[in-house]
Amino acid sequence: MSEHVSEQVLGDIPHLSGYSEAELDQAFAAISREVEASSAALSTSEAVEAFRLQWLGRKQGRLKAISDAWLKSAPVEAKKLIGQRFNTLKAEIEQRLERAGTSTGTSALDAEALASEKIDITLPGTRRRLGAEHPLIKTQNELLAIFARMGYSVSIGPEVETDYYNFESLNFPPGHPARDTQDTLVIANQDRKPLRDRLLMRTHTSPVQIRTMEQQPPPLRIVIPGKVHRNDAADATHSPMFHQLEGLCVDTNITFADLKGTLDHAMKELYGSSDRTRFFPSFFPFTEPSADVQISCPFCGGSGCRKCKHSGWIELLGCGMVDPSVFEFVRLKQPAYDPKKISGFAFGMGIDRITMMKYGITDISLMFSGDLRFLEQFA
Amino acid sequence: MKILSSWLREYIPGLTATDRQLADDLTLRGIAVEGVFDLGANGPLFEMDITTNRVDAMNHYGIAREAAIIYGLKLVPLSASLNELSSRAEAERSEAAVEGPAFPVNIEEPTLCGRFTARVLRNVKIQPSTGIVAERFRLLEQKPISNAVDATNYCTLAIGQPTHVFDLDKLVGGIIVRRARKGEKLRTLDGIERTLDPEDLVVADEKRPHGIAGVMGGWDSMITAETKNVLIEAAWFDTITVRLSSKRHLLHTDASHRFERGADFNAPPVASALVSRILLEAGGHQAGPLTDVLISEAEARTAKRPAIAFSLGEVKRILGPTEDPEGITAATAETILTGLGCALAKDGHGSSPHKPGPAPSLDPSRAVSIESAEMSTSDSQSYNVTLPSWRLDLEREIDLVEEIARVYGYNRFRNTLPAFAGAVVELPHAEKESSVRRTLLALGWTEAISSTFCAAADAALFAPQPNSAVPMGNPLSEEAGMLRPSLLPGMLSMLALNLNRDVEDAALFEMGTVFGGGPERVDERPALAIGAAGHALTESDVTFYDVKGTIEELLGEFSSRSFYFDNLQLPAWLHPGRSARATLDGATVAWFGQLHPAEAERRKLKQTVLVGEIYLDRLYKQKLRQPVVRELSRFQPVRRDFSLLFPNSTTWAAIEDKLRALDIPELRSFAPKEILRDAKSIPAGHFSLLLGVVFQSQERTLREEELQQFSRAIIAVMESIGGKLRV
Repeated sequence: MSEHVSEQVLGDIPHLSGYSEAELDQAFAAISREVEASSAALSTSEAVEAFRLQWLGRKQGRLKAISDAWLKSAPVEAKKLIGQRFNTLKAEIEQRLERAGTSTGTSALDAEALASEKIDITLPGTRRRLGAEHPLIKTQNELLAIFARMGYSVSIGPEVETDYYNFESLNFPPGHPARDTQDTLVIANQDRKPLRDRLLMRTHTSPVQIRTMEQQPPPLRIVIPGKVHRNDAADATHSPMFHQLEGLCVDTNITFADLKGTLDHAMKELYGSSDRTRFFPSFFPFTEPSADVQISCPFCGGSGCRKCKHSGWIELLGCGMVDPSVFEFVRLKQPAYDPKKISGFAFGMGIDRITMMKYGITDISLMFSGDLRFLEQFA
Repeated sequence: MKILSSWLREYIPGLTATDRQLADDLTLRGIAVEGVFDLGANGPLFEMDITTNRVDAMNHYGIAREAAIIYGLKLVPLSASLNELSSRAEAERSEAAVEGPAFPVNIEEPTLCGRFTARVLRNVKIQPSTGIVAERFRLLEQKPISNAVDATNYCTLAIGQPTHVFDLDKLVGGIIVRRARKGEKLRTLDGIERTLDPEDLVVADEKRPHGIAGVMGGWDSMITAETKNVLIEAAWFDTITVRLSSKRHLLHTDASHRFERGADFNAPPVASALVSRILLEAGGHQAGPLTDVLISEAEARTAKRPAIAFSLGEVKRILGPTEDPEGITAATAETILTGLGCALAKDGHGSSPHKPGPAPSLDPSRAVSIESAEMSTSDSQSYNVTLPSWRLDLEREIDLVEEIARVYGYNRFRNTLPAFAGAVVELPHAEKESSVRRTLLALGWTEAISSTFCAAADAALFAPQPNSAVPMGNPLSEEAGMLRPSLLPGMLSMLALNLNRDVEDAALFEMGTVFGGGPERVDERPALAIGAAGHALTESDVTFYDVKGTIEELLGEFSSRSFYFDNLQLPAWLHPGRSARATLDGATVAWFGQLHPAEAERRKLKQTVLVGEIYLDRLYKQKLRQPVVRELSRFQPVRRDFSLLFPNSTTWAAIEDKLRALDIPELRSFAPKEILRDAKSIPAGHFSLLLGVVFQSQERTLREEELQQFSRAIIAVMESIGGKLRV
């Protein structure tokens, strides 16, 4: 198709010898050399602007003039090839402009003006005071989320309980020595009521187990967070007010092995997958068999440190299989809890203690003081 | 409880495990060794923590029994004879051969005292303990008193059976176990003269009481240096009577601790012999045979209680799979239960159950064990199990399941996860609660938790209804005499604590339960308190409007738009001019504002303190607001400002009402941009308001005539409430 190529030179439009790729490449290489030559002295912003206008100016720009001229006379099949090469060339020019711009700055004057606006970026940032969530609530929410992923719903119950729900239905018969382990704060003027109706501050969250089972037949999976009170002397690790998280799982064929697996899994979620658990026989009136659970010390990984008293283990939970007598009490209202047909496990832990361990809090009373010097550390 | 390893080993001669190993193995079986203390050549001392249900293990022999089960070793049997080495038959013969009449004992309360043994020793020599008793007391830091008293304490430490020694010559006639008479007095061994209750069970002679049964002996018949003849009591008392007397007289003793948890019905003769042997080492002799009054009904409830049914199927159902694929076999279960002192009889296939053998005694060598040839491998094997006299905590099949798990080892069970097809259900208010908390935290309030209790004066001041506070029966302190009817007493204490410690900028909130009602019925409601002082929220001192802004944000999270603020019937703790009530759908949901200066002064708060209480139960009745997106207008908004002068009596609420009543759809928003009072340019009794208004149409660009018309309407209604356009 070369016979259609015009021999005419339009002003300083370079000559195009043909439309084969080799010929095009040659022609474009020549323009590229020209660009390079004209960009040799881009040391001032004026020179940069002149270069920009010379090549990319919208009306007199040389690139546009050449492309218009070449494309106009080009055969259809060559237009795409020419177009691609112009795009590459344009990108090359823009790149040169950019480089020139950054190396010269825009103008000496501008640079000076900006320099005068310089600030000390090492000064502290402006911070709005954030509220801090209470560390206990943080821990509680973390625990609830772990158990929610394992299918546990949340149940709650009253902080003032009757003797029946706090003790009797949990297999603490009246006059039983096990009641001594939970010194109780009682509401005034209860003497005239039958023992089971007398009001007291719940000493554990376990009454909510009974209340929930009375409302819902099995299968059941609940966790119960809440505030509890005991008539205990306060010291660095004891407070008359503290917080528990209780769990209950009831279904057909729930076993002690399930209890072990569940708590092992939950502790791995809380302390990491390398955490281990071990179980020791214990005694709670409302579970049988009952167990205390130790976890491998999350601070030293089990090798022994000050926090675990060099044992490598920390006692964290109480648990056990729900005692059949507890189910018998529940059955009075919810017959589905037949201990011959169903079984279940329950567990409980101190949210305060887990929180103290997690954040290195050495005095429990700090958590209930409202002292901002302490609380603000959790923002 | 302190336990000497060397003493344990005396009861298990075959024990080869190291002390450390023994401590670990006991702990893994629930007989917790909390600490091991090296006593040098005397071997280590174990500090034990025995759970309240295991009274049988609160002594050396009981712990030795556990060790024997763990290692499958033989336990040295205890002797009921004065000659420790003689056989049982010999002992019985020698007992019968003792000359003289038996000491008279009369149990008047057979339901409370199930067994009473009495042994008379004459010509004893009261002196300090020597030999092994003195040595072990020294190691255990047990205070020695005299050989007679030490013998009883030694017996308790050894086998857990409390005993008592009387000076026989101070007793008049025989022993009578009876209830105390009304007004009867007894000076107990601690020297305190006590008035007995007719419910107390006492050990008396013919004239008067000489001890509260199972709790403490009497002063007048105690052993002294002059004592020549003694009576040794070893008895079995009912748990409840001992517990009630112990509580009634605030007397918690080693004896009451054991009796109220259930003592071994078969132990008194053994204990009596042990005490006698120690005492007789210093001289003296037994006079008359041992008196042993035994109430068969009590025996039938304890040592000879009926056998219980037990099946291996229940073990598997409750405990689940073990690491060892074989699991708990019949042979394993049988070995464990027999080791514990149970006697097992197989429940045949349809045939009547084998009559269980006699109750095993303290001596496990007498426990009836079944022949190994009879042992079954069937999964569903059932048994009738006769229970040991020293384990009154074992009553039901589940108790035996637990024993098997305990002795087998908890950590030998697999960790499995149960399948579950149910759904996780959120608490109805969980989302609302976390939304409220999130808003407060974002606005700069820090969460705190305060006491559930408050002082009576605070309860009276802050209770939403008068006389609705609940008093505590045994308050922790006078300042904690009431259940809190409001979170504000706690909030003010927390603010005061911070301000007194130079933390001058404080913005706290607490979400918790408040209590109302009375001793008959206590109502619990969720509440929220906020309290602030200093520059906690903005760069200037906290004002009413900072708190109101927070309240508005909180109310704004809920779906109802019909909330308003007024200052009617403000509670006494609020500043009457700088406080408000928030009402939502006609119900009060919050009180807030500046703490009343008088109240601030009473609490020695020098700074201005802003507080508020929000009734979350009422707020939670509303749904959370669900945003519904409004279409964005494509047309330019137009802003107009009006500079107005109002008399001071005009409130923003009145201005707002009038503007809303105009009902101009294009009136997109309006706000007070600036309010000036007491400036030179403003006439007295007036304030100037710069009212900023935004007009915008959803459909088109507003025309100038329309805007002028809107402006005229606004000026007209402002004038109708006393406003004047400033020029």
